Amino acid sequence: MTNDERRATGDGRLGAYEVLRPTLDTSRIRADFPILAEQVNGRSVVFLDSAASSQKPVQVLQAMDDVYRHAYANVHRGVYTFSEAATERYEQARVKIARFIGAPAAENIVFTRNATEALNLLAYSYGRHFLQPGDEILITELEHHANFVPWQVLAQERGLRLKFIPISPEGRLALDKLDELLTPRTRLLSFAHVSNVLGAITDPRPIIQRAHAIGARVIVDGSQSVPHMPVNVVELDCDFLVFSGHKMLGPTGIGVLYGKRDLLDAMPPFLTGGDMISAVGFDGPRWNDVPLKFEAGTPAFVEAIGLGAAVDYLSALDMSAVRAHERELTAYALERMSEVPGAKIIGPTDPDVRGGVVTFTLDRVHPHDLASLLDREGVAIRAGHHCAQPLHIRLGLSATARASFYIYTEPHEVDALIEAIYKARHALKR
Amino acid sequence: MQDLYREHILDHYENPRHHGTLEHADFTHEESNPLCGDRIRIDVKLGSEGDRYRIAEAAFTGDGCIISQAAASMLLEDVMGKSVDEVEQLEPQHVLDLVGAPLTAARVKCALLGLKVLKTGIKLWKLQRS
Repeated sequence: MTNDERRATGDGRLGAYEVLRPTLDTSRIRADFPILAEQVNGRSVVFLDSAASSQKPVQVLQAMDDVYRHAYANVHRGVYTFSEAATERYEQARVKIARFIGAPAAENIVFTRNATEALNLLAYSYGRHFLQPGDEILITELEHHANFVPWQVLAQERGLRLKFIPISPEGRLALDKLDELLTPRTRLLSFAHVSNVLGAITDPRPIIQRAHAIGARVIVDGSQSVPHMPVNVVELDCDFLVFSGHKMLGPTGIGVLYGKRDLLDAMPPFLTGGDMISAVGFDGPRWNDVPLKFEAGTPAFVEAIGLGAAVDYLSALDMSAVRAHERELTAYALERMSEVPGAKIIGPTDPDVRGGVVTFTLDRVHPHDLASLLDREGVAIRAGHHCAQPLHIRLGLSATARASFYIYTEPHEVDALIEAIYKARHALKR
Repeated sequence: MQDLYREHILDHYENPRHHGTLEHADFTHEESNPLCGDRIRIDVKLGSEGDRYRIAEAAFTGDGCIISQAAASMLLEDVMGKSVDEVEQLEPQHVLDLVGAPLTAARVKCALLGLKVLKTGIKLWKLQRS
């Protein structure tokens, strides 16, 4: 098996080779995250909301600090030393990110603010130019609002039909419905690789193959997969992949759109202005080449450099080991949660097909009350609909509680969660 | 841990005052908090002395967290007999004082949902009359 074959797991399952590999040395990792030494309400923080946004290692903070201290000037402009140094680091970050997801070239990587902006870019640029009234877009019932609302707006504006892959009773995509949902009018399919609520991992490969077979383009929302498992865009053969930097150790304000080169070349710009043109005359502009065509204005290049450092950090750990670590934690958390009377896990309970996201309800305790009480114990979890209201409507729930894990999460933090749940119950006399 | 969910808050949640619906209400209004899905509906019957209207009867139903539901119960208990003009002038702090527990910014919205529903209900009722 080649290195690439080992890395290219689309479905989150690990081959025998990876299972034998030791998982992460969390005590060493935690030493890189100053915030994890903070106290909350007099207790060491137990941070279980990395699916919303991860914490940052000193390596990322230093990479950004170093630019501001030693190499800061606007990129792609000056011919002086600082500008050239900043430009080189910015473009080097693009190369690192391309390698991280197995993209053929750095030009396939467009920097955006986050996955939300990348999806909006696609809806504006691809959707408004390549889709015709009556065309169909297929998304799923479990999508985050970021992969829901742009398509709703586009469908209303352009007279398109928006269709949804339903969820199965066990909380996965009901892919047995895919063939009847894909029609000759289906032009675009967009779905989450890993659900931010159900945790369900969807193997994108068979879906992409079937969509391509009828000539549809496919967007994979990698917001919850790229930070947590090996993802290789060539292996997946997706047309586009989007993800956010802040969920994968990087800073806020930087995200990524990967696209196949011929599609990016054919697409018109999203935002216009400086940096995205090759020339502007009184008769009109000429667009710059991909990817700069999509990066109007001064980009968040310091943040991109920070994301480059985050990718270095994750690559050094090995993404297969990251996945194995989170799989172990998820298995442990699912087991511990099953002991809590009245707790109900939302989504699949097989850790092989579940990312490091454990969403649950507690009988007679509202998730917001639970989250407030857990905070008193220094345990940070998320409560609400997690920007997936349509999914919650389908589940018949107004809100759920969610604990999520990352490279620095340790099993004793799962224990702290369980203990805090019992305490909350007691405080509420439930 | 106990300060937020002190006895009187849990009591209002377990045994909400003025809970239910009213037949022949003068107005009914319902809203939800989109962030967490808390929902409150309030029915109000008014009594009048000349052109001065008072809250004669009020009842709420809803679902959501303890804070949102307990605060609605406390609010209705508090506004009984008050004039609609008085209720319209109520400051958010008044409800927070009724709740009497330290709320973080994210939870203040839960506590104030009932007041928002009641005030909007009065506003719409006034609009309809004019």
